[in-house]
Amino acid sequence: MAKIIIPTPLRKFTNGEAAFESNGGTVKEVVADLVASSAGLGEQILDGSGNLRSFIKVYVGDEDISALDGEATSVDANAVISIVPAIAGG
Amino acid sequence: MSTNNGTPLSKEEIARYSRHIIIPEFNIEGQRKLKNAKVLVIGSGGLGSPLLLYLTAAGVGTIGIVDFDVVDDSNLQRQVLFTVPDVGRPKVEAAKERLQALNPFINIITYNTQLNSENALEIFKDYDVIADGTDNFPTRYLVNDASVLLGKPNVYASIFRFEGQVSVFNYTNKDGEVGPNYRDLFPEPPPAELVPNCAEGGVIGVLPGMIGTMQANEVIKVITGVGEPLAGRLFLLDAATFETRILKVRRNKNNPLNGENPTQTGLIDYVQFCDVKLPGAVAESEKKEVKEVTVHELKSLQEEGANFQLIDVRETYEYDIVNLAGELIPLKTVTDAAERIAKDKQVIIHCRSGKRSADAIRQLEALFGYDNLYNLKGGVLAYAKEIDTSLPTY
Repeated sequence: MAKIIIPTPLRKFTNGEAAFESNGGTVKEVVADLVASSAGLGEQILDGSGNLRSFIKVYVGDEDISALDGEATSVDANAVISIVPAIAGG
Repeated sequence: MSTNNGTPLSKEEIARYSRHIIIPEFNIEGQRKLKNAKVLVIGSGGLGSPLLLYLTAAGVGTIGIVDFDVVDDSNLQRQVLFTVPDVGRPKVEAAKERLQALNPFINIITYNTQLNSENALEIFKDYDVIADGTDNFPTRYLVNDASVLLGKPNVYASIFRFEGQVSVFNYTNKDGEVGPNYRDLFPEPPPAELVPNCAEGGVIGVLPGMIGTMQANEVIKVITGVGEPLAGRLFLLDAATFETRILKVRRNKNNPLNGENPTQTGLIDYVQFCDVKLPGAVAESEKKEVKEVTVHELKSLQEEGANFQLIDVRETYEYDIVNLAGELIPLKTVTDAAERIAKDKQVIIHCRSGKRSADAIRQLEALFGYDNLYNLKGGVLAYAKEIDTSLPTY
C-alpha cells in the first residue's frame, strides 16, 4: 500500500497519526482516501472542486508532483507520498 | 600564501581556527573567506541563537543581526544565546554582548528594528549571504524577495513543533546558474488558521538547535565553496520519529520574481499578501461583536458571590497549566455541550486570550439563540497579569 506522510500542522485531523496507508493508484485517489477517513481535513487541503489547494505541496518520493503528472501521478505499493507544509517558526 | 580573499589572518586567529585550517579541503583559504564574509541573520530567536553562536565561533568576519524583540522568560527554553539576566533586554544588545565575548576578532552590527519593505533592501545590500531565522510568513516572503531582487543567497530554515526544514535559496552555482527560491517552493502562503506560529503551536526546544546548526553549516558552505550546498533541495526532519527526507525543489516558470514573465520588480505589502483566509472564513475585523466583561469585572462578581457560570473553552492540556476554576468545555465540543450552558443567568466564557471564547459565543448565539453570554476580555492571560500575578502564563 502507498504510504502518505502527514505533516505536523495537519495531524490534528488524523488523531495525531503521522502516516496513512492506502490502496489508491494515483495521488488523487490516495488523498481522497485520506480525506475520507480524516474528519475536517478535506476542507483544509482541497478546494470546492476537490483539487489540492495551491499552498499544499505534494511529493512522490523526492519529486514534486507538479513536475510529474500532478494529482494523476500514479503511485505503486511502495510509494511514499509527502504532504509538505509551509511552516514559518524560528 | 594567496592574498585573493582580503585581509589575512593574524597569528592569534590562525591559532583559534586551527581545527578548521587543518581540514585539507577547508584550509586557510576557507578560513580567510569566512573572515572576509558578511552574513546577515534575520531573527535572533530559536534558530538565530545556534546560528549566531556557530557563525561567531567559526569566524565569520562581519555578522549583522536584525531583531526588534526583547528577551522574554518563555524564550529561554530554546534561545540558548540568552540567560536570565538578559530578560527584558533588547535581543540584539544581549546577543552582541554574548557573541563578542565568544569571539572578539569579528565585527557584529545590530539592527534593533522590525524588518519591513521600506528598510530591507537598504539593510541587505552590504551583505554577501542572508540567513533567514524569522518566525512568520510575511517576513519569510520579504526576506526571500529582497534576497532575489539583490541576487544574494538566502539560507533558509524553519521549525514547528517537532518538524524542521532547511534549504539554500537563490544560490548561484559555479556555472552561474541560479537555483530556486522560496516562492518556487511555496508560491503562496497558507491560511493563518491552518499553520499557527510557535507562540501558538509550540516547538520542542532542542529542534531549533538541530536545525539552526544545519543552517549555520550551509552558510559556511556557501561562503567557502566547500561541499555541496543544499540548493535545489529541501531537507525535512521530523524529530518525533527521526524521519528525514531530502526533496527536490525546482524553479517555477510562474515565479513572479524570476520566472518566465516576472511581474514583481520591488518589495510589496507582505502582511496583506499573507492575510490568507480559508474560503468561507471571515476576517477577524468583520466578525460579529460579542458582549464582554473585563477581568476586573469578573473579580468583582467573584468577590460578591454573584450567581454566574464561568466556562473555559480551552483544551485539557491548557487547563492543566493554569485555570480559573471554570467548567472545561473545549471549543470544538461547545455546541454539543449546550445543555450544560445556562440560559437563565450570566455566563462568562473565557480562553487563553479571548479569541476562541468569542468564537464559542458566536456559535452558541447563532445556533441556540443565547443572549446571556459574555466574553472575558484578554482571557486567562489578562487575569494572570492584572488580577492574580501568582498564576502561570503560557
